[in-house]
Amino acid sequence: MSENIELNQNGPSRLRSLELVPHAGGLAAKDFKSDQEVRWCPGCGDYAILAAFQAFLPELAVPRENVVVVSGIGCSSRLPYYVSSYGMHSIHGRAPAIASGLASSRQDLSVWVITGDGDALSIGGNHLIHALRRNVNIKIMLFNNRIYGLTKGQYSPTSEQGKVTKSTPYGSLDYPFNPVSLALGAEASFVARSVDSDRKHLQSVLRAAADHRGSAFIEIFQNCPIFNDDAFAPVKEPNAPGLIRLVHGEQVRFGPSGSMGLRQADYGSIEAVEASSVPESELIVHDATRTDPSYAFALSRLDGYEFKHTPIGVFRSVERQSYDDAMAAQIDTVRASGEGDLARLLAGNDTWEVV
Amino acid sequence: MTKQVQELDHVIIRFAGDSGDGMQLTGDRFTQETAVFGNDLSTLPNFPAEIRAPAGTLPGVSSFQLHFADHDILTPGDAPDVLVAMNPAALKANLKDLPRGAELIVNTDELTKRNLTKVGYGKNPLDDGSLDGYKLHPVPLTSLTVKALEGQDISRKDAERAKNMFALGLLSWLYGRPAEGTLSFLEAKFGKKPEIYKANVTAFQAGWNYGETTEDFAVRYEVKPATIAPGRYRNITGNLALAYGLIAAGQLAKLPLFLGSYPITPASDILHELSKHKKFGVRTFQAEDEISAASAALGAAFGGSLAVTTTSGPGMLLKAETVNLAVSVELPLVVVDVQRAGPSTGMPTKTEQTDLLMALYGRNGESPVPVIAAQSPSDCFFAAIEAARIAVTYRTPVILLSDGYLGNGSEPWRIPDVDTLPDLSAEFAFATSADKPADGDFKPFSRDSRTLARPWAIPGTPGLEHRIGGIEKADGTGDISYDPDNHDLMVRTRAAKIEGIASSIPPLAVDDPSGEAKLLVLGWGSTYGSIGAAVRRARRAGHDVAQAHLRHMNPFPANLGEVLRRYDKVLVPEINLGQLALLLRGKYLADVISYNRVRGLPFRAAELAEAIEEVLSHE
Repeated sequence: MSENIELNQNGPSRLRSLELVPHAGGLAAKDFKSDQEVRWCPGCGDYAILAAFQAFLPELAVPRENVVVVSGIGCSSRLPYYVSSYGMHSIHGRAPAIASGLASSRQDLSVWVITGDGDALSIGGNHLIHALRRNVNIKIMLFNNRIYGLTKGQYSPTSEQGKVTKSTPYGSLDYPFNPVSLALGAEASFVARSVDSDRKHLQSVLRAAADHRGSAFIEIFQNCPIFNDDAFAPVKEPNAPGLIRLVHGEQVRFGPSGSMGLRQADYGSIEAVEASSVPESELIVHDATRTDPSYAFALSRLDGYEFKHTPIGVFRSVERQSYDDAMAAQIDTVRASGEGDLARLLAGNDTWEVV
Repeated sequence: MTKQVQELDHVIIRFAGDSGDGMQLTGDRFTQETAVFGNDLSTLPNFPAEIRAPAGTLPGVSSFQLHFADHDILTPGDAPDVLVAMNPAALKANLKDLPRGAELIVNTDELTKRNLTKVGYGKNPLDDGSLDGYKLHPVPLTSLTVKALEGQDISRKDAERAKNMFALGLLSWLYGRPAEGTLSFLEAKFGKKPEIYKANVTAFQAGWNYGETTEDFAVRYEVKPATIAPGRYRNITGNLALAYGLIAAGQLAKLPLFLGSYPITPASDILHELSKHKKFGVRTFQAEDEISAASAALGAAFGGSLAVTTTSGPGMLLKAETVNLAVSVELPLVVVDVQRAGPSTGMPTKTEQTDLLMALYGRNGESPVPVIAAQSPSDCFFAAIEAARIAVTYRTPVILLSDGYLGNGSEPWRIPDVDTLPDLSAEFAFATSADKPADGDFKPFSRDSRTLARPWAIPGTPGLEHRIGGIEKADGTGDISYDPDNHDLMVRTRAAKIEGIASSIPPLAVDDPSGEAKLLVLGWGSTYGSIGAAVRRARRAGHDVAQAHLRHMNPFPANLGEVLRRYDKVLVPEINLGQLALLLRGKYLADVISYNRVRGLPFRAAELAEAIEEVLSHE
């Protein structure tokens, strides 16, 4: 493993995931708006995410034709139709697999995966964990609304236990996933979380993801006003007391006037404390580049959907050779000793002549 | 001692032993020697799915059958002329296939009370008269091998392990096979372990010398080289030929080859082989499951690769949704199904033709997919090229059916001249920026008037940005559409595109030498050899019988209906319960006669010849 990177390195050089992608300047958000009528429910958090994404894409400085958006099935997965790049609205849960094939065979593309909590964590759970483990250069945006919207309101793998839905009139029995913990457990090299309604923050996370070479996983809290309204209300209040904004290299402070901090606790866990109650040296300074994922995992465990202490931002960003880079390097190495010769291949070594 | 030499026109040998006895290796080597000698040949490996079933048991028996001849042959043979049984289990499992009078070489060292009891022999079969009808050669293979290796620096266990080379040496002497290839093979395989290499060479030579000196083998046999078409030949298995066909198709289409695959018997060898060929720029992606393997391939197809996914029946089930998306978005994808015995896990190492209807119909909606079937191990090469041609020309998934017998079986192959292979790059072109109309948007679902294929516009092409997906698309624009008439139009257009492929394939050729036949034997896939051998027998017996074999299972050749009507009777042998027959009845109202056996093995020529006689007897 090479040295850890600086986050948000967006100076004169390219964003790191785009080094092999052509450059194009002068694009604006409108260039990424397709002519299709956007058909989400009024008030859906997806509108805000779409707008933030379209406004962010010009920052990539990539030609429109080199951006590909791949999605699975679900409300969020309709997003590619609304972005005027190349796109594929594919099969339920399979977007990470399709995107992996595309990105590992075409390093000149900027490939984005749009998925939801049902799509990515239920039917597509296997593809998600393996895409993260492999570290293919794809950026996965998981819209987590904690409900099945397109099928009209069944509980999802992130719904809280006991949730009453159409399919659970007596309350859900399932224990939910914490998507950030799951991604970290799957050896993801980049894991972040943001909120649909905080455009500035969301775009900063997207930027960091694009600046990461390899798989990036971004959980986005997304409100479904129809089937699960206000699921994330506690983190959406102005100055939400439990919302923790992680900034790489900065001491973690949150709560009223930043009076709260974090410190290491038993068995590698992390706890929230009144900052003034502990010595300054014990307060955690956020470091997303730690090679060992335990710290990022402990951060993710601060919150079990009670929203008492909910970190957003980049939990983890470490450098590991991306799968597509490794695949290309292997091919280059072998090809350095000569190109394939079909006639020679077909002949093989053990032949005989019939006259 | 000079031995008598008897000339034979063909021989069928079966090597049988425990899974750990190296029977597949022994068979492979004998095959290679035979190929180099110039006989025509056909092989049938038969082994358990378990890597090492309990030693000495019936389920652990592994065998390799080889048919070689001085003339062209079509099958690995029905019943062996020679059985080499390395232990009692191999003897018991294979004896029922051995005709009386055949040669039987038994390793007597393994006939211990314990080993005999393990497989249910109450008495030693050498002593109870049960083997009286055979030309029995009791040979203490293990102890002779150990003795020959006395003084060499290896363990007794390693010495015993070399007994398969002793057996190979003996058989190589018996049939006058050239030994040089095996010796250089051993050097390549064991060169880094000199003591093992030396032991194997010594064992091989000891076996050879044993044949020469023992009086038990009084006769040596000679099978002259076959007269076959001039050219340079090699031996090739179906899986290897298929992998080479895919590499060739990538080169001929001038497209990068991308394979998404998940290991599964009996298809894994294609993944293994393609993963070696990075010199050709081949990308192999071992996915987390069959679904991802197909999906990754489809993603690569969207990006402009010649995309392939390989599997067997259980994997085909899982790939169905991806194949269906490929049908809907109209992207090229080659899907290889090396069929095996089912249902469910079935018998992973045994062959069957039972996935035909699944290939044609195993998806939701009206989802037409072209289906190709290879007919012999070497034909897998050309079948793969044909599958790729259809996929890229018509922008469609194509299912290529092979099976366990073709995949693992081998035959000599006249190496084709690369210049004679079709130029697939002439069959299609990526859409370019020039395809964007000056006065409007690019239409990703506009169509070529001849092929009905839609443009293959790959990401990175300016001006052609578009979105595709599994939702129904408006004709032309590709926008989401729920319009009833548009859906009807799109369903019919997709069907017409696939039906139209028939215009690009040759008419079904019928082999009817006398022109007098009233009976047509019609097959598909790997039964080509067995049916051909059976038809020859029937003709030798004085009957007029026509034979035809289908390669394109969807769409069928345009003249198939006419061919069916030309004959009074049509016999359709299949290693399933009548899947092609069902199609023929449904599409052509043809009252075909089915012959079906689903034993996990290729047809025996004799049983098919009987089936032909049976049908003819009702005239």
